[in-house]
Amino acid sequence: MKETDIKFLESAFKKYYFEQFNLIRVPERTSEREFGYQKFNSGMTRHISVKDDKELHLLLMQNVPSDVYCSNAYYSFPNLPMNEKDWKEADLIFDIDAKDLNLSCRTNHTLSVCNDCSEISNNSEKCLKCNSTKLEKKSVPCKNCIDASKTEVLKLSEILINDFSINKDNIQVYFSGNEGFHIYVYNTQFQQIGSRERSELVDYIMFNGAIPEKFGMKKFKPNRNSFPDFDESGWRGRFSKYVYGSKSKRSKIISELLSNGYSSFQKTLDDVSENIGAKIDPNVTMDIHRIFRLPGSINSKSGLTKIHCKNLEKFDAYIDSSFLSDDTVEVLANCPIEFKLKNKKFGPYHNEKVSIPTFAAVYMICKKLATIA
Amino acid sequence: MLSLGQDEIAKYPFLADAGQYLKDKGFTLEQFGTDPDLKELITKAYERIQVAADGKIYKSDLIGDQVSKEAALPREVFSFLLAIVLLKLSGMHTLIKRFALAEARRAEKYLEKDLANISDESKKQLAIRVIDDLFSVQIEKLDDYFVIPVSDYLKHSINFHEREWKLINRHVENGQVFLTPHETVRLIRKELGTYINAKIVNAKTPTMIPGFEDSVNKLVMLSKKFSTFTVTTGEYPPCIKHAIDILEKGENLPHSGRFMLATFLLSKGQSVQQIAPLFKNAPDYNERVTLYQLNHLAGTSGSGTQYSCPSCEKLKTQSLCFATSECEGIITPLQFGKKRK
Repeated sequence: MKETDIKFLESAFKKYYFEQFNLIRVPERTSEREFGYQKFNSGMTRHISVKDDKELHLLLMQNVPSDVYCSNAYYSFPNLPMNEKDWKEADLIFDIDAKDLNLSCRTNHTLSVCNDCSEISNNSEKCLKCNSTKLEKKSVPCKNCIDASKTEVLKLSEILINDFSINKDNIQVYFSGNEGFHIYVYNTQFQQIGSRERSELVDYIMFNGAIPEKFGMKKFKPNRNSFPDFDESGWRGRFSKYVYGSKSKRSKIISELLSNGYSSFQKTLDDVSENIGAKIDPNVTMDIHRIFRLPGSINSKSGLTKIHCKNLEKFDAYIDSSFLSDDTVEVLANCPIEFKLKNKKFGPYHNEKVSIPTFAAVYMICKKLATIA
Repeated sequence: MLSLGQDEIAKYPFLADAGQYLKDKGFTLEQFGTDPDLKELITKAYERIQVAADGKIYKSDLIGDQVSKEAALPREVFSFLLAIVLLKLSGMHTLIKRFALAEARRAEKYLEKDLANISDESKKQLAIRVIDDLFSVQIEKLDDYFVIPVSDYLKHSINFHEREWKLINRHVENGQVFLTPHETVRLIRKELGTYINAKIVNAKTPTMIPGFEDSVNKLVMLSKKFSTFTVTTGEYPPCIKHAIDILEKGENLPHSGRFMLATFLLSKGQSVQQIAPLFKNAPDYNERVTLYQLNHLAGTSGSGTQYSCPSCEKLKTQSLCFATSECEGIITPLQFGKKRK
């Protein structure tokens, strides 16, 4: 990124951190957490411990980071090297990202930025100008993506509440600041389980690795009585609701499943996993030493804030997470797709100088779709 | 510790304090080597090990739940304690492992029977307490099932590789997993084996006792049967081939895939310099970052921890597994192509 762009982003971020510090609060049990941050064009600084809001504020003002992170784990000594930290426990965390949902809208709002010649083209495999394959994909705001991600959040919450008996109040949902959601789950029986155990939870939540026997199908002499009922709890219930469609079709569908046989049933299970499993990023949940984006901090992929969604249904990602100023600034924009931020339309821009509000300028510069003119 | 009745000690002899037990019964080890009547028990102990070495479960003299003869109980316990003495004298670790496993399987049968016991509540309670005391697993009876918190279940089930043990294939309700008595006991098999194994390993090795030599020598001979050596085909497993393929095509391999590839190759003895060029085609390739990360994984920089290659199970979750029939029976990519001869 160019020096002038970095300067501009840093001043916008600094202003936010100065004015909106009420949004950036240290999490509970602060002194047991590891913090970390990144600056523009620079590596990660981590293994930091922070005492309170005041100290965090100071860190933000002194360093003006592009991204700030905090561990979901609790340690005795968060500022020591990893193997000396003395891991105690970790909150359960989940990441749901629109880019992992195989949505058909993705191609319509994804651009390719060439790492070799900076050429911007509509989503393609190769740079149209220099044929390089080193392309970075950049996606601009899309309501469909956010809505689909919300659906996954609801699927996840339903499983957590109904199967694991987790209290609704212990589940907190945050918009990630780009195009997904981060979910935190506190005070559960899972605080102390390790990475391998969490990976099993992931498979459960994503509906991975199901075998026909559990859903009533046997290799030899299958019996229709062992198939799940429509109203059953847990995965047998979710499976039957999805596969039977309605109570009245149960009998007919079971006959079909039986006549198609065991291996076909296994295929059905693998196929429905795509629809009934909650699409979380397995790596995030499995990682018990992760430093995860700090709530209230800015996501440098977009300039938007990672913010708590008090009412997920009503939450509008591209209004409720934008806190940067409306002051206009002149940029050289190259964004061939129109997008909407804070209820205003921007673009399409074809390599042109435009005067736009700071929040939109920051958004495009973060996405490498504009530079300061 | 639990206070155990005579028939419980016979069922779970590993719970007994060996030295104390002999003393209570008024015997010394030396007597077993010399007294012709007692010497029979050494043969019995040897047989108990031999059965275990063959991968079978020792058939007890105990019939059903109730004991047939007064004498059968102490004989059961003696043959177990003497088997440990023989194993310690022989020093054969492969046999200790096999013996511990077989004894665990044997105890499993009793635990299961006790858990399922409807007529005798005290037997069921004892089994529940054994499981709690030894393995800190709290199980509760709920209708026909035993329930255990999901988190406790996971701590044990991750040691199994059969898919039926995956949480997704279990009945989960209210944060608890439902198990039959058989499954409950099966869940702690490994821990039971580990417990018995540790008990034997930590037992003091006596000096050779006259009358024990024959059986000890026979054990040494027996253990020779179990030495194995392996050959490797040298071919890469499909997950690794797939990762290399992706990189060669210049496509993006996720971070977890790069981690797998690098740790795999490092474990196979390749150097950071040999591995780094593989990542050249990655869309976001940066030589400095790549070398930094590889050195970190190899443990030559940073904390010095050498990272190991993820298990097949983990790779499956990360959608990095492309198993073929040749992968059968392995639990990490590093085992691919290794064949026992």
